[in-house]
Amino acid sequence: MSTSNIEEYLQTLYTLEEEQKTATTTEIAKRLGFAAPSVTEMLKRLARQGYVRYEPYKGATLTDQGRRIARKIARKHRILEVFLHDILRIRKGRAHTQACGMEHVLSDEAGNSLCRMLRFPDKCPDGKPIPICDEDVEHCDACEPTGENPSRRERLLPLCSLRPGQRAIVRFIRGGTMAVQRLHDLGVTTGTQIQLKNCAPLQGPVEIVVRGSALAIGHGLASKIFVEAC
Amino acid sequence: MAEKRVVIALAGNANVGKSVVFNHLTGLHQHIGNWPGKTVERAEGTLSFEGYTIDVIDLPGIYSLSTYSLEELISREYIALEKPDVIVNVVDASVLERNLFFTIQLLELETPLVVALNQIDVATKKGMKIDHERLGKLLGVPVVPCVATKGIGLEDLVKKVIEVHEKGHFHPLHYHRFGFEIEERIEKLTALVERVRTGYPPRWVAVKLLERDAEVEKLIYSQQPAMKAKVESLAQEIEQIHSESSPAIMASERYNVASQIARESLAIVAPTKAGLDERLASLTVHRIWGYLIMVLVMSSVFYGIFTFGDFTSGSLLTIFENLRSIFHTIFGSSPAVEFIWDGLIEGVIAGITIALPYIVPFYVAMSILESSGYLPRVAFLMDSALHSIGLHGKAFIPLMLGYGCCVPGCMACRIMETERERFLASFLTTLVPCAARTVVILGLVGAYVGIRWALLLYAFDLLLIFFLGRLAFKVLPGEPIGLIMEMPSYKMPSLEVTAKHTWFRLEDFVRVAFPLIVVGNLALKTLEYLSVLPIIERTSSFLTVSWLGLPAVTMTPLIFGIFRKELTLVMLAALVGTRNFATVMTGTQMIVFATVVMLYIPCVATIAVLVKEFGYRKAIAITLFEIGFAILVGGIMFRILRLFTAV
Repeated sequence: MSTSNIEEYLQTLYTLEEEQKTATTTEIAKRLGFAAPSVTEMLKRLARQGYVRYEPYKGATLTDQGRRIARKIARKHRILEVFLHDILRIRKGRAHTQACGMEHVLSDEAGNSLCRMLRFPDKCPDGKPIPICDEDVEHCDACEPTGENPSRRERLLPLCSLRPGQRAIVRFIRGGTMAVQRLHDLGVTTGTQIQLKNCAPLQGPVEIVVRGSALAIGHGLASKIFVEAC
Repeated sequence: MAEKRVVIALAGNANVGKSVVFNHLTGLHQHIGNWPGKTVERAEGTLSFEGYTIDVIDLPGIYSLSTYSLEELISREYIALEKPDVIVNVVDASVLERNLFFTIQLLELETPLVVALNQIDVATKKGMKIDHERLGKLLGVPVVPCVATKGIGLEDLVKKVIEVHEKGHFHPLHYHRFGFEIEERIEKLTALVERVRTGYPPRWVAVKLLERDAEVEKLIYSQQPAMKAKVESLAQEIEQIHSESSPAIMASERYNVASQIARESLAIVAPTKAGLDERLASLTVHRIWGYLIMVLVMSSVFYGIFTFGDFTSGSLLTIFENLRSIFHTIFGSSPAVEFIWDGLIEGVIAGITIALPYIVPFYVAMSILESSGYLPRVAFLMDSALHSIGLHGKAFIPLMLGYGCCVPGCMACRIMETERERFLASFLTTLVPCAARTVVILGLVGAYVGIRWALLLYAFDLLLIFFLGRLAFKVLPGEPIGLIMEMPSYKMPSLEVTAKHTWFRLEDFVRVAFPLIVVGNLALKTLEYLSVLPIIERTSSFLTVSWLGLPAVTMTPLIFGIFRKELTLVMLAALVGTRNFATVMTGTQMIVFATVVMLYIPCVATIAVLVKEFGYRKAIAITLFEIGFAILVGGIMFRILRLFTAV
């Protein structure tokens, strides 16, 4: 079983997880274009290697280890898609197929350099979010082209995925200068502790408490603020 | 004794009770207008105190002195360049840290400053105890504790202001210091900046250059293009040390100072427990109750404004009708007398009967919604729905009001932060079918073609708004920013502030909009008087008859519809000689006519508001676009409908 094969499986599980669908054997088989029995076989093997948890008839879920790999691959895939589509002007479907081939051989360093070159895109041409890198920087603007940014140790998650009542520390803000500026002015700077108070349904805004004041932040922006839960 | 004049400016975050302070200080001696050439409200007033005449300017509520919004730019230009004698920084004691972040920026501007530590009652309730003397020492400026809503401490505040004014100019003893590595570079840059004349304090300019403030960069580099390289290298040095972008470093540095000062002057005496307002706050953003409450509040606001408006408008009309007959009995009814009434007085009446009855309750409702703190909750709940048309939650208010009348709708667009969002929201609001257009849609299409077609027209309009919204969102320049706003705690709105707000805003509206309405009316009546309308009808028949497939007479009501859209129907009935439109128009014609009326132009009162908010150029742009768009859509619709029906 090749690395790229494993990576394809993990990426598919990751996408399903994002879409909040259960990863059943049939669903995976449909997406990858394999026969269902061979998918079952493969999932069992991935489970033995510790990448997924697999329960027959229920489906598979990613383990932390598996998700880490899947996230990286999904990131490379989507950045490549942006490059192929926006810069090289290749049509979406073909850009996708091309990216599927390239993602497995692209090094982390080259992937991150591509990200810098494309001015830190946050969505692929299909509108799926590009996972953040694991370089230890506080803003995209501070990302150094040397490839020697120290690696992040903590596990960061977007602000909008916190539960009401949960506290966290802001570690990284991705995105446009005006919005970042506004967040700073209202007290959301990196290293600040915040608490999530409410979130509106249907991808609505979140309400947080920061430095003693309550702020509402739109979903789009909240998904660009990355925090470390505490 | 010579008159002693002092100019003071109130500055501070939004929702800190600044306008309450302003109202207490100035009483009825105030005036609300716009900053020259800007869509930002400017309130000023005067106060006499112990032989001094004090001019008070209420600056807009802002969180920073960067270039995020128009309000911020206006405030910093005013403070630095017009140099008021004393700045009064109104600070919300219950959110001390964030408020001090702004105070620190005011200190950077090196102006004489007095801090009004407001809402100490709220802070006490939250269990905070603030040592204001210690705070004053740490900041290096006088701090006066007050509770503006009850008028407590305001006399002391004025006394302090005069004392600071008498003492003379700001002495930069108390800079809050940034980290050593940053101070070093600020000093280097300050020395360079001192040679350039800007009107701003050199150190402030240096700090702003390091922050890459676009406006200050423009100012400096236009005179000294060579400095750019130096600034860049210094900024990059700082970024190397901190591995962060320089604006972020500066913001963090300021917050460090603010948080340290807040910690040293603040004692938490009792743990915060959820009070009534806290519970109300979470209930009103609840995913079920929140929406229910919103529907209830909004529909009662909507219903309230329009029942009051309709009733008052109706009774006023009756009064004026009576006045008209009295007028005629006195002066007879020669054509000249008719013209005086129709051309001049009718315009004033239209202003009073159409605009005012809706605007007064609207101002009252807006003021209450704003000052109570409910508005941000509505924006919070509606945000995701409005994202699809490129706006954020706050735009719900203008769009909803637009269904009643576009005049208050467009006025409510002020709650949007950036000029771009304001313009976008106003544009879409003018496309919402207001009550007057509803009269035409229901009275013509609903009554003669069928209610299903009328509802279809509404759905079609929503679709157009959606489509044009997305288009305008893409086309308009500027960076779209998602929702970022403060959720202030709930407050009891003050009756006095609401009444004053309404009164002074109304005064401003009458001054700007009335002349336009009167002149517009006069122009139309002159056309009618000179009997050029039949000529216009004939010459424009290529448009009405050939392109839109309407009877040629429809041109006249369409022209008069610019004035009052609900009149188009009445006038059409008069022109075709019957109220039974089915005998003179086909179903297709009625639908096309209603569509054109729905889209073709904002009414004169709305145009007046657009002029007031955005200036002539943009108001004309919206007007021309909508005329063209209505003709285009009407013509296409005529051709499509003709395919399906042989009526």
